[in-house]
Amino acid sequence: MTTLDDLRAACEARAATPTDRVADVEPRFVAYPTSTDEVSRLLRAAAAHQLHVVVRGGGTKLHWGGPPSAADLILDTGKLTGVVEHAAGDLIAVIRAGTPLAEVQRVLARSGQRLPLDEMLPGATLGGVVATGAAGPLRLRHGTARDQVIGLTVVRADGVVAHSGGKVVKNVAGYDLGRLLAGSYGTLGVLTEIAVKLTPIPAARAFVRRPVRTPAEVRDLSVRLKQERLAPVALEVECPAPDGARRTATRVPGHPDLMVLLLEGPADGVAARAAKAVEVLGGDARADAEPPDWWGSYPFGPDDLALQVVTPVGQLFGPVYSMRDAARGTGIRIFCSPAAGVLHAAVPGDVDPDRAVEIVNAARTVAMSHGGHCTVLAAPPKVRPEIDLWGPVEGIGLMRAVKHEFDPAGRLAPGRFVGGI
Amino acid sequence: MEVPARLAAVAERLVASLGPHSVLTDPAELRTYECDGLARYAVSPGLVVLPETTEQVVETVRACRDADLPFVARGSGTGLSGGALPRSDGVLIVTSRMRRILEVDLDAECAIVEPGVINLAISREVSPAHYHYAPDPSSQQICSIGGNVAENSGGAHCLKYGFTAHHVTGLEIVTPDGDVVWLGGGKCRQSTGYDLLGVFIGSEGTLGIATKVVVRLVQTQQCVETVLAAFEDMASAGEAVSAIIAAGITPAAIEMMDALSIEAAEQAVDCRYPDGAGAVLIVELDGPADDVAAELAAVTARCEQSGAFELRRAADEYERGEIWKGRKSAFAAVGRISPDYIVQDGVIPRTALPEVLADIAALSERTGIRVANVFHAGDGNLHPLVLYDESVPGQGDAAEEVSGAILDLCIGHGGSITGEHGVGVDKAKHLPKMFTADDLDTMQLVRCAFDPAQRCNPGKVFPTPRLCGEVPRRGAAPHPAQAAGLAEAF
Ligand SMILES: Cc1cc2nc3c(=O)[nH]c(=O)nc-3n(C[C@H](O)[C@H](O)[C@H](O)COP(=O)(O)OP(=O)(O)OC[C@H]3O[C@@H](n4cnc5c(N)ncnc54)[C@H](O)[C@@H]3O)c2cc1C
Ligand SMILES: Cc1cc2nc3c(=O)[nH]c(=O)nc-3n(C[C@H](O)[C@H](O)[C@H](O)COP(=O)(O)OP(=O)(O)OC[C@H]3O[C@@H](n4cnc5c(N)ncnc54)[C@H](O)[C@@H]3O)c2cc1C
Repeated sequence: MTTLDDLRAACEARAATPTDRVADVEPRFVAYPTSTDEVSRLLRAAAAHQLHVVVRGGGTKLHWGGPPSAADLILDTGKLTGVVEHAAGDLIAVIRAGTPLAEVQRVLARSGQRLPLDEMLPGATLGGVVATGAAGPLRLRHGTARDQVIGLTVVRADGVVAHSGGKVVKNVAGYDLGRLLAGSYGTLGVLTEIAVKLTPIPAARAFVRRPVRTPAEVRDLSVRLKQERLAPVALEVECPAPDGARRTATRVPGHPDLMVLLLEGPADGVAARAAKAVEVLGGDARADAEPPDWWGSYPFGPDDLALQVVTPVGQLFGPVYSMRDAARGTGIRIFCSPAAGVLHAAVPGDVDPDRAVEIVNAARTVAMSHGGHCTVLAAPPKVRPEIDLWGPVEGIGLMRAVKHEFDPAGRLAPGRFVGGI
Repeated sequence: MEVPARLAAVAERLVASLGPHSVLTDPAELRTYECDGLARYAVSPGLVVLPETTEQVVETVRACRDADLPFVARGSGTGLSGGALPRSDGVLIVTSRMRRILEVDLDAECAIVEPGVINLAISREVSPAHYHYAPDPSSQQICSIGGNVAENSGGAHCLKYGFTAHHVTGLEIVTPDGDVVWLGGGKCRQSTGYDLLGVFIGSEGTLGIATKVVVRLVQTQQCVETVLAAFEDMASAGEAVSAIIAAGITPAAIEMMDALSIEAAEQAVDCRYPDGAGAVLIVELDGPADDVAAELAAVTARCEQSGAFELRRAADEYERGEIWKGRKSAFAAVGRISPDYIVQDGVIPRTALPEVLADIAALSERTGIRVANVFHAGDGNLHPLVLYDESVPGQGDAAEEVSGAILDLCIGHGGSITGEHGVGVDKAKHLPKMFTADDLDTMQLVRCAFDPAQRCNPGKVFPTPRLCGEVPRRGAAPHPAQAAGLAEAF
């Protein structure tokens, strides 16, 4: 029996083609399990043949993180889909990992509910979002993916199926593996089913927008908004890259940044708060029912150098200034969530590698001086070897120990994660 | 060397490095630490150490490591699952002298505190600036933040604001090996790498000792409304809860009490809840004023439709205090109507409330053991108080049985054996009813990564500790010989 036959005994599988490449790594096989049991059998077969396994959800972010040092088998979750259970009265749902986030929201919306996670990239699966620890604007009020997970089913590298948490929102029985697995990039196990808590879709929402000229102005306005206690659900700032213009810390006239506040709640309350926000922000502030077109997306495209900077709340303006300075003539585009202390930046993929290194170093140095960090989410192939994707990571020794316990043979997405894990 | 000799050696070493006032060896003094809030289990610790700094914790943990003795961390000792139950062959490390608030950073909306800081002390410190620390366990006047981290504690307001895990963004820990490591993002809300902070929180002192805690501070809301609604029976109160949730409202808190717990509270604190109430709900709403006004109208209407015969809205802080008084005193109050009682802590999906409450009533009827129900109705976290009299032969055992049967009901409905008090030593035997051997084995992989020698709070949480280095029971990773092609795969 060939290896492929053995894999096929577990679930549908085929030989890989060049389109299945992960970063530059050419896999040998692709498999499509439809259940936890099939994932388990597949991973046991893969273990028997010592195959290295990389999970693929929607494939929207497979070039993110470190390129795997080996990826013999792509475990595609495209058929591991469906909402297993939606208990609307309990505000929870159990969902298979390969289900596209958009599909999840569609099902929940029928009951007036949602999973408070933004779909930053169309086509993303719930498993992919949880595995990368993703979140968008709503993170300000609702936190990131790990905060929504109340239980999960995971299949370990050796094929053993494990559960943690459950279907109730309050639960402290045993270790919270949900948090450990969220953001683990598929290096500790394959998520097959995820139980999440839900929230009602709010009766009303308002987007209050105001042009801003400098990061310092954003900070000052944020402080004023805070004093008014308007309880925004999200606060985002877009700093667009001007077409070909030389950018410095001072804004180019005619290209203002845009600050947008999202308010949600009962209709009367939202209307009152939106009016108050317009008054507090002054300038050309106005309220809208719809978000700007960049809302809930990334500033970068698939070929860009993609950065994520995290600082304590209220400290983002430093990294914004220093990144713009380091970028000089390069058109760097930045989206920030100042109230959550997170920003994403896009540097055009054709940037000179030396300049790329300079920009990353500038962002990292300032972020770290505030106690934060800077991660390179994705980098063009010619830049990647020049930079440290993750930067220094606290607790790396314990992380290695955890990886070793879960996947002693290093078979799941080797090399993808921090410190070469 | 025998254990007593090793303990003596550790005591000597720590007296030399920490000073005599930080090391307790007198048996009478040791006995004051023999149990936590769960007095059913008591063990006199081999030695008690009261460190004042991270360095002293490191020194203590290293002394334990070198002498191969287990150790247990203890905060305020209010735990209700025996998590801080000492070991007679080990060292109890008490954080009560590590009580400094090291930094308050309002720009970054966080504070850095030592583990022995009392939960409420943080809110007291920052309330002049209109901030507070959100998780508010009923024990918040005495429990420590380190204990909260270990238990992932929640409170009445976690329906809207979440638990400790949502409010702690960084931890300095001393590992079981005596290393100092920071977990999480520190003052940042996101971090890089595995979420070790997330697993440490709620690990009940089995992965290390937290020595600094970065907590998020939350702005105090513009407006708070508190309503007491009285119903004839539990079913109609339960219906009101469902109606409120279905209306898309997330109150800051929804608490429910049954007739027996109301009776106990009346006797204890004279809270004057409406006469004839078979159940009361306390609903608290908070947020911007106009939002709260709209929600209050909706909540009032839902309660009336579900049969509330009296609604009281607190007009000011004093009246709010009066409404909460009965609820907050309920545990202690029950002590007045029963010589002994067990505080159970189980969780069910909220929609199963009517069925489970009926089952508990039937159980009580059948066994003659009274059960008072006080709970966080919004998230289905029950706190049945199982009443008994130790002096009546057999009643203690009967109460234990009823208490266990209630957990079985919770599990049967897809719930959990603990919502906030933890597994500790008390519920370790119930954990396998909720999780398979593989589930527990997988959880313990984390333990093996942090504490391969199993020195940190051994015997808690997991019924049978997995020996690190031991091959997992089922589906074992291939043996090295097999991986090298020297043996068959299957
Ligand atoms: C560092 C980083 C930060 C990000 N931050 C954000 C953010 O702030 N906001 C946001 O909205 N999005 C963010 N994303 C992107 C977001 O994660 C994508 O929307 C989502 O991952 C795409 O899902 P996918 O199904 O396309 O996953 P894929 O691109 O197919 O896979 C993504 C990763 O998840 C793993 N994976 C996928 N499914 C599973 C599974 N079932 N079990 C285990 N591992 C699995 C893959 O192996 C791969 O490593 C971030 C991504 C990265 C890499
Ligand atoms: C009247 C009453 C009401 C209560 N109400 C609630 C409630 O509403 N919600 C709730 O969640 N709990 C409640 N509790 C339970 C208890 O107060 C909490 O579990 C609390 O977090 C325990 O804190 P502590 O400082 O007393 O910890 P301890 O009892 O001293 O220890 C608890 C656990 O934490 C570990 N630990 C302590 N300090 C550290 C540290 N620095 N590092 C690592 N591990 C450590 C211990 O080893 C032990 O396993 C209540 C208790 C009582 C008595």
